[in-house]
Amino acid sequence: MTAVPDPRPMACPGCAAVPADTTVPVAQPDDILLSLPEIHCHTCIRSAEAALMDRADVARARVNLTLKRAYVTPVGDVDADALVATLASAGLVAYPLDPTALQSKATEAAGRALLMRLAVAGFAAMNVMLLSVAVWSGATDATRDMFHWISAAIALPAVAFCGQPFFAGAWRALSARRLSMDVPIALAILLALGTSLWETALSGHHAYFDAAITLCFFLLAGRYLEFRTRAAARSAAEELTALEVPRATRIIGGVPLEVPVADLSVGDTILVRAGGRIPVDGIVRDGAAELDRSMLTGETIPMPAAVGSNVAAGETVLSGPLTIEATAVGRDTALHRLADLVAVAEAGRARYTPLADKAAALYAPGVHILAVLAWAGWMLWTGDMRVALNIAAAVLIITCPCALGLAVPAVTTAASGALFRRGVLIKSATALERLAEVDTVVFDKTGTLTEGVPQVLDWDDVPEEARHVALALARGSTHPLSVAIAGQGGAAARVRRVREVAGYGTEGTWNGMPVRLGRAGWAGPEDDAHEGLCTWVQLGNGAAHRIRFADTLRPGVRETIAALRDAGLDIEMMSGDREVAVSATARAAGIDRAHGGCLPEDKVARIAALHADGRRVLMVGDGLNDTGALATAHVSLSPASALDAARVASDMVLLGARFDALPEALRCARAARRRITENFRIATIYNVIAVPLAVAGLATPLIAALAMSASSITVSLNAMRGIWR
Amino acid sequence: MNVLAYLIPVSLMLGAVGLIGFLYTLRSRQYEDPEGDSRRILDETWDDRPKP
Repeated sequence: MTAVPDPRPMACPGCAAVPADTTVPVAQPDDILLSLPEIHCHTCIRSAEAALMDRADVARARVNLTLKRAYVTPVGDVDADALVATLASAGLVAYPLDPTALQSKATEAAGRALLMRLAVAGFAAMNVMLLSVAVWSGATDATRDMFHWISAAIALPAVAFCGQPFFAGAWRALSARRLSMDVPIALAILLALGTSLWETALSGHHAYFDAAITLCFFLLAGRYLEFRTRAAARSAAEELTALEVPRATRIIGGVPLEVPVADLSVGDTILVRAGGRIPVDGIVRDGAAELDRSMLTGETIPMPAAVGSNVAAGETVLSGPLTIEATAVGRDTALHRLADLVAVAEAGRARYTPLADKAAALYAPGVHILAVLAWAGWMLWTGDMRVALNIAAAVLIITCPCALGLAVPAVTTAASGALFRRGVLIKSATALERLAEVDTVVFDKTGTLTEGVPQVLDWDDVPEEARHVALALARGSTHPLSVAIAGQGGAAARVRRVREVAGYGTEGTWNGMPVRLGRAGWAGPEDDAHEGLCTWVQLGNGAAHRIRFADTLRPGVRETIAALRDAGLDIEMMSGDREVAVSATARAAGIDRAHGGCLPEDKVARIAALHADGRRVLMVGDGLNDTGALATAHVSLSPASALDAARVASDMVLLGARFDALPEALRCARAARRRITENFRIATIYNVIAVPLAVAGLATPLIAALAMSASSITVSLNAMRGIWR
Repeated sequence: MNVLAYLIPVSLMLGAVGLIGFLYTLRSRQYEDPEGDSRRILDETWDDRPKP
């Protein structure tokens, strides 16, 4: 392995002094990433690494147990699928990851930079505090001055390095003519250092070097917590995306070749096999099939497609194969235009002001006014600039939002960690706060409340002979309806010459009679009056029998809905599926209000209308037709099985197949919000006690240090108090 | 009080040693897989001789 030049600038002498260790793996651009979801112990690590290293074409392999990933450095050209097969033969489940979907490198660098600042601030704070204790316990004259000078020598460079995030934030806010939390922080740090330097030069009694650097340390701790929480959620969300390496089969000169979807262009001929998702918009050139459009529209009844039909990206081919000529690829596809709805809706949601910003909006002007008043008052009273500036600095230091800076991140870190262990991934920083305000929940139907897998209804109503024939025919096909019939079990008739007719169904010969299982018009009557999902089985020329299907609810949906209702929430369902299917599912799930036949725009409009009524909506959905609604809603959630676009649009992702975690997430969010408010109150109480002392000129650096540390520690401890009952 | 002339630099030096040690662990990416590292120590493969 070659040494990788480290792109980070040398920001402190320590970095220059410590050579970067080049023997530890760095994910290189050409590294192959594998997800190993089931590894959990050193034996797994050992066997995975050994299996990979045994291959001649692998230069090195390193497993990261925290991320449950393997980094493989190949020699030459190695196919990720071959590595997956190697691991499978060693008894390990692995999936290839798309490295371009993972932005972990930049995130890691930012995290390390923040940790480095935190470490430097901690080191400097400890040393300065040690010297300050000596001053407080009675060092005088030359000794005190020397201690102050040493403190300055440590604190000034340390603040210059560690305080950069705050100075940059304050500069950004000021150049946009706004006030953010960073402005009073930066001002307090600079003013404290300035007056302390002046005091030290005049061999004064009080210097606030310790306060300035401790302030940096506490605030960086808050930032780091916040960062860790968000990075963990983001990397888990990115991994979901990276698992879907988008590939398509392009036919060039009659030879099918697997290529990344990004390489396709208009006019290409693409082969989509049964079960595959169509990667482009196009026209069918060969083959006939049934398409599942539920990801785009919510519609559960398959649509037939034959030569000349238009198909859209995002549809799934149920029976196939289809050969498609691409008419639009990538950003021009219907799928992407739907995704653009999201961008529009997200602009609307940016209006939400996080609790921390609300606090800052109240707090920042108040602090500045207070400091200016204190300075002006003392200036008038004594006419001494030095005294007045010292008092103003003390006011800024004491009111400085250490506790406020920790109040939100400490709670969100604790809550997100607890939720992550229950399978709820919080992607957005303010999602928890918004979740706590929700009073209405809107569910999508297909794929969200239901599994999107059909189940046979009233199987026993079908005549026995027809049942046996249907079973035999169903076993010859991979169409979802056939799979559902085959899952019924029982004795199958002896049907010979079973063959699948793409786009229609399965046929064969039974007792010398032709038998068919398939869609209306091919097997059974021409026009089907039945509204639900169904298929027909026909024996010879006799009467055809209808087999009905329904989409089954996910496990635990009824209980989840009941629990949400008990928590005082209104529940609605909106689906693009037909009214009949929607109301049947609504009854089964115990939802009173259900809207069927909704277009994506209808869903967005309905949610906007609810918002206009002053309601706060939680949208739960999984399809492309939900993305607009997900982005419009106050807060949104999608199951892990959702389309990538839907997961990107939502604030939270539910891992696993059950919704049980949803009511608990809601309870946790409300508890977290209460805890945040409590923390703000604690921080305010400290200020109410300490500020009069500062304004009266009674605050010493000792009192400032005590108030600051005590409030920060109380707030952190309060946040760690179990949020999860 | 002359002892301060030695003690203060000594204490700062010791602190700096700790800081540089931490920066070394940070730069050699020892915080990237805390789970894995805590398990790898249980691996017996290189117990008898060092990894080549």
